Amino acid sequence: MSELEVQATLSRGERSRSRGRRVTPFEVLAVVVALFLLVAGLLPGLLAPGDPLGIDPAAAFQPPSPAHWFGTDESGRDIWTRVVHGAGTSLVIGFAATAIGLGVGLVLGTIAGMLGPAVDFSVNRLLEVLFAFPGLLLALLFILIFGPGVWTATVAVGLSASPGYARIIRGQLLAVRRSSFVEAATVLGRTRRQLLLRHILPNTLAPLFVLGTLGVGQAIVWASALSYLGLGAQPPAAEWGAMLSAGRTYLTTAWWMSFFPGLVIVLTAVAATVLGRAIERRARYA
Amino acid sequence: MSAEPNTGDAPSAVARVLNLSVVFGGTPVVSGVSFDVSAGRCLALVGESGSGKSVTARSLLGLAGAGARVEADALAVAGSSVLGLSERAWRRRRGKDVGLVLQDALVSLDPLRPVGREVADSLRLHMPLDAVARQARVRELLAAVGLPDAGERMRQRSGELSGGQRQRALIAAAIALDPPLLIADEPTTALDVTVQAQILDLLENLKAAGTGILLISHDLAVVSRIADDIAVMAEGRIVESGPAVRVLAAPTHPITQRMLAAIPADKPRHTALAPTSTDTRVVGSGRNRSAIATTTNDSRGETGGAREVVLEARGLVKSFRRPGGGQFLAVDDVSFRLERGTTLGIVGESGSGKTTTARLALALTAPDAGEVRLLGHPFTGIPENERRALRPAIGAIYQDALGSFDPRFTVQDILLDAVTGGRRSGPAASARVRELLDAVALPATLLGRRPLSLSGGQRQRVGIARALAARPDVLVCDEPVSALDVTVQAQVLDLLDELQRERGLSLLFISHDLGVVQHMSDRVAVMQNGCIVETGEASAVFADPRHPYTAQLLAAVPLLPA
Repeated sequence: MSELEVQATLSRGERSRSRGRRVTPFEVLAVVVALFLLVAGLLPGLLAPGDPLGIDPAAAFQPPSPAHWFGTDESGRDIWTRVVHGAGTSLVIGFAATAIGLGVGLVLGTIAGMLGPAVDFSVNRLLEVLFAFPGLLLALLFILIFGPGVWTATVAVGLSASPGYARIIRGQLLAVRRSSFVEAATVLGRTRRQLLLRHILPNTLAPLFVLGTLGVGQAIVWASALSYLGLGAQPPAAEWGAMLSAGRTYLTTAWWMSFFPGLVIVLTAVAATVLGRAIERRARYA
Repeated sequence: MSAEPNTGDAPSAVARVLNLSVVFGGTPVVSGVSFDVSAGRCLALVGESGSGKSVTARSLLGLAGAGARVEADALAVAGSSVLGLSERAWRRRRGKDVGLVLQDALVSLDPLRPVGREVADSLRLHMPLDAVARQARVRELLAAVGLPDAGERMRQRSGELSGGQRQRALIAAAIALDPPLLIADEPTTALDVTVQAQILDLLENLKAAGTGILLISHDLAVVSRIADDIAVMAEGRIVESGPAVRVLAAPTHPITQRMLAAIPADKPRHTALAPTSTDTRVVGSGRNRSAIATTTNDSRGETGGAREVVLEARGLVKSFRRPGGGQFLAVDDVSFRLERGTTLGIVGESGSGKTTTARLALALTAPDAGEVRLLGHPFTGIPENERRALRPAIGAIYQDALGSFDPRFTVQDILLDAVTGGRRSGPAASARVRELLDAVALPATLLGRRPLSLSGGQRQRVGIARALAARPDVLVCDEPVSALDVTVQAQVLDLLDELQRERGLSLLFISHDLGVVQHMSDRVAVMQNGCIVETGEASAVFADPRHPYTAQLLAAVPLLPA
């Protein structure tokens, strides 16, 4: 914030600064959800000691009860256990897909931003073609070629998110490249490599941390959507999207089969968004 | 009337402040401030940034800020008390009883709305006028503040107006309801000298028409033009107040004296503008002047001989494509020579091509024609790879020091990076960093801080230290002190002057401020519309300007009454 803005909006500035620091109840909830997912992902046995794949036909279609918190499915598998064990898969997909998206985006964005107008033009037209298709459609196309599965779904989600990242990275990079501190470093006699590695990239990537956090939630939702369509994780794997899809058939008689997987997908996405925004706000007012 | 606390009745007082204190979260920002502003008079509240002058003025608008506790024995605007007014009640008074003019009209005006609508806003809120009458009134107001073609201007957006025109529009908005009190907070700080002079004339006219003006400024020379009374603030208190003539001619408080001494115009070259502890020089004393005389004679004597030319520009031309098509000639056939150990001042108003000239000299942009030579070698027209070997010979400091530092870097990172050239650092580098900090008189305790948490003067010192790291021969200074308070500006100018004499630096000193350039330069070049219209020895140019534009610039410089 410039000095002027601060002067002109003293009162507003004061308020927004304190707003930047205050932790809202939603943020606390989001942190709790994130911690839960992390524990579930790393040590699922701690929260649900049972076997996510172990069937017990005698206990099929049981509604939520103290014995089965989230009920059981058509084969008598405990939904709670499966949801907890599914967290790991979802998190790996979410992080891996975001990493792929950011990685590809970073390469494309840096090429476009650093290698001159001709390259910039070409990369931009390529990105526009990719933008013309909805992300999920791109992912479907990719799976059509390489076949369904957890890893193809992950790569597919990552690739379809990458044009967006590339655009943002390119824009950020161009802005940083023209900033006066890069100019000052040029005056000090820095080489292009030094400029890029020491000043331009670090300052381009800092805001991406926020985008990445938001992206993880998005990627989890997308991967679940692909699994739901039968293109990602395959039954009987404990994966939220696949579970949601399996419960669809019994929606009228056993609502819990799809409700609880759906709930965690929503909670994860919301938590990632709230956390991303919280980090963004703090970064801005820091 | 006077700025002294007035306990008697002041019937013509448009603002009364008695024992005002403002506390932000336990920290007193303003304490025990009292003054009156009378109709048709101008009281200037002068002080450095952080002295509480803006907060004081804002208290009269109910805009002291959230979390501010405002207390006073009396706080009245237009004859009625405004103490403890609700936000709702404040809204009814602002604009009607008191108008506000801010420093930067570009951010104060909505960029998406025509300025006429901006001016009409307060009329719409407070005056029962129909649309046609309102339009007419807006046109009348814009004409009254001297905006040419008011009818056409009112349909333009703020971005289409020049800085001075925007400031006029803002003043028109502030006086739309004819408030008895007008608060002007640094109204001319962002403006060129000639425009500044016009705006000050406009305020003077308003004053003559009976408006009481509370002028906030850090610059005593500016306020001396229109202020009847002056109150000097420091650390939230009024340390000295009285009729302007008295305060300017016979200041009693050391802070006022320091601020007066810091004004660079008319002070001979190499005179210290600020008292420093590390320095034996005394501000403006007779002893000092004689010392300067000898230095000046020395340099004049040598100028006659053959001094080495360290930086030379020959026939530089640079044009830019206009957004709407067509070419804009930013620099048109500019040539200059900078001799070792001297300062060449380049002075001109915004848009005159000063900054483009600086960028050309630093080879940050390639000239369309002409060339720059550094230490006798060609500096332009060669690939950056070859130029890099010459880069250490030329350094730069910038107006926006903060923006010139990588935001992730601490002071230590910045200086280490400059010292090592981006390579690994050793103990020798750390020692050199301390040495640089010493040279710019900064304590080593600042090493761990980020520039964002430093004051403006400290930031510029870090910038100077960084520029000195490579032991340059030439330092290009692009408006190095324009963003600083007068007293801080004085310290930075003194520092540059001292470094120049210690290290034989040659300065290309670019500024819109004639006073600063006059104080710093051996030779000056006056720029207008991309051309150098006049060049010569600084003393000669300022004493006897040949070009009418130089004369016009000189006439606009606010000077203290002799």
